Amino acid sequence: MILKIALFFYLLSTINCLIYFVAPKKSLGRIYLFSAIIGFILHTASIVLEYTQLGHIPVTNFQEGMSFLSWTIILVFLILEFRYKILILGSFIIPLAFVSLLYPALLAHEARELSPLLQSSWLVFHVSLAFLGDAAFALAFAISIMYILQENQLKARRFGSTFRKLPSLEVLDALNHRVITIGFLLLTLGIITGALWARSTLGSYIQGDPREIWSIITWVIYAALLHGRFTVGWRGRRSAIMAIVGFAVLVFAFVSINLFMPSYHNPERF
Amino acid sequence: MGILLVGMSHKTAPVELREKLSMPDESLSDLLTNLKSENVPECLILSTCNRVEILAHCTNPEKGIDEIKNFLSAQHQTTAADLEPHVYIQEGETAVRHIFEVASSLDSMVVGEPQILGQIKNAYTIASENQTSGLILNRLMHKAFSVAKRVKTETRIAQNAVSISYAAVELAKKIFEDLGEKTVMLIGAGEMIELAARHLMNNGAKSILVTNRTYSRAVELAQEFNGSAIRFDSFTDSLIRTDIIISSTGSPHYILNHHDVKEVLHQRRNKPILMIDIAVPRDLDPEINKIDNVYLYDIDDLQSVVDTNIQEREKEAEKAYEIVAEEVQTFLRWIASLDVTPMIVLLRERFEQIRQEELQKTLPRLNGISEKEKKDIETMAIAMINKILHGPLKALKTHSNQDDKDTLIQIIKEIFQLHDSEKE
Repeated sequence: MILKIALFFYLLSTINCLIYFVAPKKSLGRIYLFSAIIGFILHTASIVLEYTQLGHIPVTNFQEGMSFLSWTIILVFLILEFRYKILILGSFIIPLAFVSLLYPALLAHEARELSPLLQSSWLVFHVSLAFLGDAAFALAFAISIMYILQENQLKARRFGSTFRKLPSLEVLDALNHRVITIGFLLLTLGIITGALWARSTLGSYIQGDPREIWSIITWVIYAALLHGRFTVGWRGRRSAIMAIVGFAVLVFAFVSINLFMPSYHNPERF
Repeated sequence: MGILLVGMSHKTAPVELREKLSMPDESLSDLLTNLKSENVPECLILSTCNRVEILAHCTNPEKGIDEIKNFLSAQHQTTAADLEPHVYIQEGETAVRHIFEVASSLDSMVVGEPQILGQIKNAYTIASENQTSGLILNRLMHKAFSVAKRVKTETRIAQNAVSISYAAVELAKKIFEDLGEKTVMLIGAGEMIELAARHLMNNGAKSILVTNRTYSRAVELAQEFNGSAIRFDSFTDSLIRTDIIISSTGSPHYILNHHDVKEVLHQRRNKPILMIDIAVPRDLDPEINKIDNVYLYDIDDLQSVVDTNIQEREKEAEKAYEIVAEEVQTFLRWIASLDVTPMIVLLRERFEQIRQEELQKTLPRLNGISEKEKKDIETMAIAMINKILHGPLKALKTHSNQDDKDTLIQIIKEIFQLHDSEKE
């Protein structure tokens, strides 16, 4: 029930931030930010409640995972918003968090016994790091779309309202770089904790599980992006396109592993 | 209500006529004193390069129009017939609306340009100093200033660049966030390039490089901008550290081509460059714009930034007109409240209210008085009110057609603490 109310506030926030994009009035910006904060508080409460009921962090099936991802996206967004105050960013990221929460909030949740293999304190570290990394990449995805939009306006000489509303390329590019760097660090730590956990429970660092493979593919994409930036100056458009590709791979892996592939990252099918 | 505006502006009169009529600030004192008369107790002269307007409050507006027209033609040795086709005359509500629109820069040559408000404030200061601004004009002008402020804060009418040289800054700010750490290179010389550089510096740019075919000219310009001069034949060597280029040479062919810039970008590790080419024929090969992280604009592109912004201003102007319409109504309500008849009604109502309140307080406390005695007390209260009001009402009625009526009304309102419906 709390989750449904949280979803309602995210919906309110989504509607307002989309209107804000069309007609950027300060009052609308405040409304959408405020609803997102209320939604986030309720969402947090719902996760804490589930945690106390289950006795472990609620991330062990697709529903819980989606909800947790949505929560981390809003968390990272709020941090960026308070740090950089780029209100228009919400118009690109809040709808994403709202959509992610639709399925977990609207479908009945079935609690199931957690495999003893997963009942470990590694779970919190490994999963939080991995999800926070995913959320950072989601933000990078949104920022990259803003960058490409603004670059297109500049190259095509369209100096209309979109041009006026979006921030400068320099700000978007710098922010994108920062978020990707943080996301990459979190993903790296997520992979390391996962490997250590696998070693202690299953005996070896890597099991050949689809999630492991896809995580490494994602890691390679973002590593290439950062490497290119440091060495030959892949910045701006190129770096934005890579961030979009990276996120697409990440979403594809997340959804397909949870729905179709046998993986111990998906306890429902394990 | 006697508010009158006679004038001409860039919309109705050619510059030859406007300059003939323009009145320098130094002469305004004498002119205002000349213009002031028994029929025109309050007047103000607004004279700018785009308009000459006389705002007045007259007892008899028809006579006032003639007086002002005669004043204008006498002052400037033109015949009334010469002026006639260019002069507009506005009375009452339209005059109020017009002055609000002028103050809010809705009637300006470039809608939204802020200078006009300062000019009006100046005109008003001179009128106050010469005591040609009284109750009505004081109120009207203060209202005009507050309308202008509302328009400025509630609409985006003055927000975007409407000059080509400023459009360069707007583009720079959408590519770079902070111009402070950016290096600007000026190639060539000319008024436009200097203006654009000046705007960039006002927006934070500090490091300026100047190059010119004539090296001494480059040195001269560099001094002016506190920058450094570089030789024209080797300016490409400095491109690697240049973030913004403004080019305006008389060269008949391109001075930079696709290949050169691509090489520079590679050396810069793709750090973005903004190039502004204001030369005709163009200095920079348009193909350059196809390179990633290079943003090249020519004079037509800058013009299109300006055009889009002007359209935006016009859209915002509609909102501004709504604000003006609202404020005109507020002002008219205040003017109406100055009329004698509503004033008398207001005064009577106020006293009647006092009488009722006091009777209600006193009568219940007087035990054992008869109905007749009660009546007597009530009658006595009425008689007292009539006696007290006799003076003020008589004064109001006898002054109802005189100039000082408004002042009298204001005084009565003040001493009897009367508040009308006008919200302020």
